Amino acid sequence: MAILADRNTRLIVQGITGREGDFHARQMQAYSSIIVGGVTPGKGGLKTDYGVPVFDTVGQAVRETGANASVIYVPARFAPDAILEAADAGIHLIICITEGVAVQDMIRVRAYLDTLDVILIGPNCPGLITPGQAKIGIIPASICKPGNVGLVSRSGTLTYEVINALTQSGMGQSTCVGIGGDPVHGLDFLDAIKLFNEDPQTEKIVMIGEIGGSDEEIAAAYVKDHVKKPMAGFIAGRAAPEGKRMGHAGAIIEGGMGTAQGKVTAMQAAGIKMADLPTQIPDLLR
Amino acid sequence: MKLHEYQSKQLFGRFGVPVPEGIVADTPEAARAAAEKIGLPVVIKSQVLVGGRGKAGGVKVARTLEEVESKARDILNLTIKGLPVRKVLIDPAAAIKNEIYLGIVIDRTSRRATMMASAAGGVDIEEVAATTPEKIVRVPINPFIGLPEYLARDIAAHIGLPRQFWPEFITVARGLASAFAATDASLAEINPLAIVGQPNGGPDRLIALDGKIVVDDNAIFRHPDLAEIRDPDEESSAEKKAREAGLNFISLDGNIGCMVNGAGLAMATMDIIHYYGGSPANFLDVAGGARADKVAAALRIILADPKVKVVLFNIFGGITRGDEVARGIIGALKEVNVSIPMVARIVGTNQEEGNRILAEAHIATAGSFAEAVQKAVEMAK
Repeated sequence: MAILADRNTRLIVQGITGREGDFHARQMQAYSSIIVGGVTPGKGGLKTDYGVPVFDTVGQAVRETGANASVIYVPARFAPDAILEAADAGIHLIICITEGVAVQDMIRVRAYLDTLDVILIGPNCPGLITPGQAKIGIIPASICKPGNVGLVSRSGTLTYEVINALTQSGMGQSTCVGIGGDPVHGLDFLDAIKLFNEDPQTEKIVMIGEIGGSDEEIAAAYVKDHVKKPMAGFIAGRAAPEGKRMGHAGAIIEGGMGTAQGKVTAMQAAGIKMADLPTQIPDLLR
Repeated sequence: MKLHEYQSKQLFGRFGVPVPEGIVADTPEAARAAAEKIGLPVVIKSQVLVGGRGKAGGVKVARTLEEVESKARDILNLTIKGLPVRKVLIDPAAAIKNEIYLGIVIDRTSRRATMMASAAGGVDIEEVAATTPEKIVRVPINPFIGLPEYLARDIAAHIGLPRQFWPEFITVARGLASAFAATDASLAEINPLAIVGQPNGGPDRLIALDGKIVVDDNAIFRHPDLAEIRDPDEESSAEKKAREAGLNFISLDGNIGCMVNGAGLAMATMDIIHYYGGSPANFLDVAGGARADKVAAALRIILADPKVKVVLFNIFGGITRGDEVARGIIGALKEVNVSIPMVARIVGTNQEEGNRILAEAHIATAGSFAEAVQKAVEMAK
């Protein structure tokens, strides 16, 4: 067990022949060989030198390979279309690595996806890894090790920092998932924590947040009443100056939510042990 | 990307929102000619991309043509929050009877563009938000439907707008929602939307006296017309250089120059500098694998700040190998002459080799995040 993906996941890569897609597809396949196909419109019929068949459309790839997950590396302006294509082809788990996607596009994409039985992770995220079983995205596998700590984070390299610290302390991970920091995205902290809470392999949970938005506060409220597993957390941006505010409306909508202190307080109140340094996380889980 | 008030109001006007018939001027003489055409009295409004213009003396009423010219000259000589005033907007002065706030922003929690309105508009809207948030109505907008009439009417009723203004208000609210969608905005606001008396004794009207639009930079690719009118004053020269080099940079007040890969790790680095009693000079996310050209561009930006006493590299290589990162830094140092101390902490496969390369170049290395920050804080003293 683990959450979201394991060795039985059948993954396709959208944008598999692009520079990013090619580089990371090789990394993913070398780690867990869960890739059953790739998609690049106009290049259907090719086979990559590492043996993965390329299709023109996600629909063809799904029919030919029985894929149930897709990871997206296409450029930002094509990413909303790529997500919709995967969803309409019946893919259940869509991970969008691409950063720089227009927010109004994501509002429409998310509103549509909410009508389907689809889990979107990202965009602008490092993806996920179930150590020893499945790597989907760009999290470096070399720092991970199988175990029982579930990790969910909004950032990329800061996530790696914490995974690295866990592994160095001998604490392996069930699944590590980076949900991305865009204003409108797919899976949020609450969704990931519910999954970890129900996953028998996951015994402890780590949550790495950032200033802005209210995802952390919402998840903390759930944790307080429903999660008995030990948890530790870190919020990045405590020293950040007040951001360049977007006129009056930015301040109005946040209404006191979204500050680092507010998040730390909410998470502490939920029983989550909060670290001053990300590298203190392993000690807080002991 | 922010649009100026005059640009925002022109756009709103195209979507049916009533706006003043203003004219933009960049000299006192042009301001006078504009006032002559519009008719006195007029209001002269500095066009700079920051808030608080009124309080900085950047908005003035003029009743004679001589006054227009002299006040326009004063305003065009101002620098407001570091930004020079290059243009003024001449609008007919309005007999304001009431000020309403109307805005649209992306609400992360509802994952919708959300319209907000308050009967207490004007300059104190932030105060209203902080002290009496219940006086602000919030309505999420369905991305496939837009803002239907009934919702606009709901808002009007909710803020207690007198019924005779409802038809006009519906036009304004729906126009604002259309402008927001059409420009790929992340923010669009009218503050104030004013109830204005008419000089000829006609019925009072609703007019958008001020306007602001922030366009989503990620969507600029489909708005070449808007990209063309980007005001270069929006960013400092360092921020502009950073954007062009693909770096994410914000200048701060401290003396430790930071170069970090990843926004979250960059924020955490700032936090930990504070934790150990130091102060960061900047936030800098050198995205990607710290290639030599990017590191060089980032170093130039960091070193242009005379406050910087030490440079701290915190690079989590991930898939990029540690020795490659180190070679990137060394390569950049061949292009940029650095005369202040440097501390580097790199993580990634082959990091030992990376540290050896850095040590040879007389860069202090550190085994951990905390150790690197402590060294940098010490060196900056």
